[in-house]
Amino acid sequence: MTRHFRELSVAGALILVLAALAIFAPGFYQPQPLLSLATREAPTLVVACGMALVIICRQIDISVGSQFAVCSVSAGLLAAQNTPTALVGLAAIGIGALLGAINGTLIAGLRLPSIVVTLATMVTWREALRLQRQGAFVNLPDRLQWLGLSQSSGQWVLVAAAVALLAALGLAMRHVAAGRFVYAVGTDAEAARLAGMRPQLVTFLTFVFMGALTGLAAMMNVAQSPQVDPKSGTGLELKAIAAVVVGGVAISGGRGTLWGVFVGLLLLACVSPALTHLHVEAYWEKAIQGAIILLAVVADGVRTRKTDR
Amino acid sequence: MPAPLLELRQLAKSFGGARALRGVDFDLHAGEVHALLGENGAGKSTLIKIVTGAHQPDSGTITLEGKVVAGLSPAAAHRLGIACIYQQPALFPDLTVAENIGLRLEPGSALRRVGWRQRRDRAVRLLGQIGANIPPEVEVRALSMPEQQLVEIACALGAGARIVIMDEPTSSLTQKEQHLLFSVVRELRQNGVGVIYISHRLEEIFALADRVTVLRDGQSVGTSAVSEINEAALIRMMVGREMTQIYPPGESAPGNVVLKLRDVGCKASGVHAVSLEVRAGEVFGLAGLVGAGRTELARILFGLTPADAGEIELAGTRLAIRSPEEAMNRGIAYVPEDRRRHGVVLEMPVAENMTMAVHRRIFKGAWLRFGAERSLALDYIRDLAVKCSGPDAPAGSLSGGNQQKVSLARWLATKPQLLILDEPTQGVDVGAKSEIHRIVRRLARDGLAVLLISSDLPEILGMSDRIGVMRGGTMTAVLPGNADAHAVMSAALGQTR
Repeated sequence: MTRHFRELSVAGALILVLAALAIFAPGFYQPQPLLSLATREAPTLVVACGMALVIICRQIDISVGSQFAVCSVSAGLLAAQNTPTALVGLAAIGIGALLGAINGTLIAGLRLPSIVVTLATMVTWREALRLQRQGAFVNLPDRLQWLGLSQSSGQWVLVAAAVALLAALGLAMRHVAAGRFVYAVGTDAEAARLAGMRPQLVTFLTFVFMGALTGLAAMMNVAQSPQVDPKSGTGLELKAIAAVVVGGVAISGGRGTLWGVFVGLLLLACVSPALTHLHVEAYWEKAIQGAIILLAVVADGVRTRKTDR
Repeated sequence: MPAPLLELRQLAKSFGGARALRGVDFDLHAGEVHALLGENGAGKSTLIKIVTGAHQPDSGTITLEGKVVAGLSPAAAHRLGIACIYQQPALFPDLTVAENIGLRLEPGSALRRVGWRQRRDRAVRLLGQIGANIPPEVEVRALSMPEQQLVEIACALGAGARIVIMDEPTSSLTQKEQHLLFSVVRELRQNGVGVIYISHRLEEIFALADRVTVLRDGQSVGTSAVSEINEAALIRMMVGREMTQIYPPGESAPGNVVLKLRDVGCKASGVHAVSLEVRAGEVFGLAGLVGAGRTELARILFGLTPADAGEIELAGTRLAIRSPEEAMNRGIAYVPEDRRRHGVVLEMPVAENMTMAVHRRIFKGAWLRFGAERSLALDYIRDLAVKCSGPDAPAGSLSGGNQQKVSLARWLATKPQLLILDEPTQGVDVGAKSEIHRIVRRLARDGLAVLLISSDLPEILGMSDRIGVMRGGTMTAVLPGNADAHAVMSAALGQTR
């Protein structure tokens, strides 16, 4: 109980919001809009999973939005040339992993601070893409839509894939040795090194994994729309980091769980539709999300101060 | 005769259960250099911290120029003219010399006007007073260590310090820089400043000090004029104590040579030409003063700072150890010195701490098997008598001695052939200490080769089958296990007698 107090309190908040909606705005609970909402948030969940690993490893990656755009556009261009869908997906993941490897090399190899490195790659990828595309959208062939399935089964597949990935990663972080390495390196890299681990390698691979997940998320996004906007993914890094922080992952590394991140993302994702159904102006969305993030950080701060004493 | 500048009577101070000072008498006159001498842990640092106001004594009196002062705070000590020059000067590297001096000496609000010319002139004047040739406009970053110390001394002078404390100021200086520092110290003495001079180097004390006080086990054992004492007598004062603890007998019959070093060195960590042999079933004690290169040697053996000279042989095979991973795979285990920082991860449960170094061995394939982890943890909790609520207790909730056992268990789980222990009983209470001693002895009896680094002289003498003494980054002597404290201390201090 105390061990997962942080996650449980976010879950409690989520239940409160859902209960309030059930009472005051039962219209929120319509299957089709909910499925659409879940489908829209599925790529964010995938990126948030990667971000959770990066932050547990005591790093940060703010370039994911730009990576997402590069992967999306690349996937779109490949698909436009009649590449088989499975190959397009693999290519998106591969390109993402490559971009992650560039971050990882700079951060783990040259020991540069991740905030600066990923700020640089964020701007570089974004601007390179703009230069290359001149703002032009990529039109996608019809067969890519919903991965060639009907709309509703396509939506179900995307949502199920994101949740399955979350569940698999959540289990792996606890049950696979590599997961524990990430926690150990994020808690104390020097102690991990003295225990025979290779902190730099762990950090590098975490960034590669982050990139691969971003590529997967891009593919999941491309499958949802008829064309690819080269500006897609703008602000994605903030959404992912917000979900991770609200979900109780310590920004100082080493602490947090993926199911906490899941609950955190659900809470943030509910804000916008909840406002609509409660007839509150949509302008409040960002302010309320900001307040939730602030509340989470303050709660963490108070709790750490208490345990330190 | 005027009242002494500083007079300490029966000063006592405890930290938790550990008594750091138990009755220290000390006095300092104007225009005198008074050296303070003692082994590691004799209480020198605590004494200094009381004089600079960082710690409050539990009992005893502090008298400054005839007036008893109660409750000396750092600010009050500063105001009363007490300045301390530490081994590592605490200056701002990106500010200039003049700015650094100005920051220390200019009182007033944060919004006051800065008098640049005045600030510069003061720096020139103060540095000139001690004969230091340092331009005031250079950034401190560009200065050498001794130059930074001179800037500190200039600050102390500018603050009108009457008492200057120097804590091992020469530990990182070259011969030439030492001479410069000595002449500055003599200059201070000339100007009526009282200097408390702490050093491990006896030759410095004889060259510089007027009087010397020896601390041992938190007590002052004697004060003497330097002209009336010789080195042998000083060493005798430092070590002359009875064994207060019972150590388990070293009954082991050493087996094959496990570790053999020939002229091993590493430029980066200042270790050079170390040769030694450690046999299976043997506890090889590594003695020396802080900074003698013992931890650095351990780090070489564990691949943290790989050797760049000499030969390392493990169980008869010559090899290079380039990373901790490689060291582990070869059967070397290193229980590091700073337990709270590197030995255990305080946030993690006991069980995870214990299996941290052996994931590959217990977990066949990639999956963690919690059952295997738990049973391994339970085995070691029982075997080493770790007092904890269970394998899931966070390591941070354990006492120091039990944390040390967790750290030890992590490395025993790797089934090493060579176990390196770095200060295994530092900050551990007496009961846990003797438990750890018994465990180490038992491990040796079971055939492990143990390299024991300790600054606790009785521990080295009581535990070791043989004792290597290091000084200045190299091995200066290898003594039999029944060597006396005097012989070890002489070698550590560099006295050939």
